[in-house]
Amino acid sequence: MHLRFTPNRLVILSNGSRAVCFVPMWQTFSQRSFTLFYYSHCSWFRYTPRFYIAAATDNMSLQKARSFEHSLPDKLLAVKEDSLRFSQIYRSREVGQSYVTSVWTTIVAIVHALWLMIRIRPQVILCNGPGTCIPLCVIAFLFKVLGIRWSSIFYVESVARVKKLSLSGLLLYNLRMADQFFVQWPQLQKNYPRAHYVGCLM
Amino acid sequence: MEDGENDGKRLVFVTVGTTSFDALVKAVVSQNVKEELHKRGYTHLLIQMGRGIYSPPKCDGADGSLAVDYFTFSSSIADYIRSASLVISHAGSGSIFETLKLGKPLIVVVNEDLMDNHQCELAEELEERKHLYCARPHTLHQTLTKMELDSLVRYTPGDGTPVARIIDRFLGFPDD
Repeated sequence: MHLRFTPNRLVILSNGSRAVCFVPMWQTFSQRSFTLFYYSHCSWFRYTPRFYIAAATDNMSLQKARSFEHSLPDKLLAVKEDSLRFSQIYRSREVGQSYVTSVWTTIVAIVHALWLMIRIRPQVILCNGPGTCIPLCVIAFLFKVLGIRWSSIFYVESVARVKKLSLSGLLLYNLRMADQFFVQWPQLQKNYPRAHYVGCLM
Repeated sequence: MEDGENDGKRLVFVTVGTTSFDALVKAVVSQNVKEELHKRGYTHLLIQMGRGIYSPPKCDGADGSLAVDYFTFSSSIADYIRSASLVISHAGSGSIFETLKLGKPLIVVVNEDLMDNHQCELAEELEERKHLYCARPHTLHQTLTKMELDSLVRYTPGDGTPVARIIDRFLGFPDD
């Protein structure tokens, strides 16, 4: 469906490390999500204010987000002072944490996410896969179902996923929570036909 | 592929990322791997060893052999990659794409100790596309001996425009 409004709030979800990673995913995050719009016919200015959210244990993502925003040409800059915010959020699951104990940490993360979502009330959510995005996406989805607030959710699967989706990706895809779902490898698109294959974005 | 050669120094840079990967460090300083690197004209071996507990023996290379040095972490990994003639990296997507975008020859070594190792999927896919070589710690020597740098295909960075266009259209923005 097409929405007849000007999206004025954007949340970007960064990730910390994922499942087994011995690599911090912010590297992927910074390169991918940012250049995504930067290269694109400059539609970035349409999305303001912009909120960047990263995991509480992830110090690099927001730093990268800040330097990205500072590197933007003038016409893409967030105009008003309060139109650019950076927040951190509790993780639903730490690297290597078992799926069983992650139930409790997920609840804590959801409560915190709920507070953030009520405060920000985003119209557009763009996320790239880490567990951090799940509570926010679930809340956005419930808000939609309950008619409280309509947010469009866009999900870009990690470039590291070639054949199988990540847990976050599976949830958002199968429960149809993401309005548009992007994958970076053709094998994935074959298995998940509702996804857009957009090529390797790195 | 670019060669970071200067003053006859040809550096092999090894990176394990933010955790540890002792099996990789041990593999690169093994005698046959060092000999193969030396035979191929590399003069220096620099290892970023992360939280690993195995410290490789240092060597200043004064006797004409391969000079070996290591450190734990650095905020300027990109500078090391830039000055390298060959990069040997763990399978993290950050390191992989950073190296590929700088146009450096790359061997990715997959950590077999990790369960749910989806990261080898990425390395194998990129190997199939001839952007890099993929190895395990025990096959590193073999990979080095059969490695032909000229057959590697340079990676072209991706373009996010289609994603932005789909999102813009979905939200009802007209195309520019």
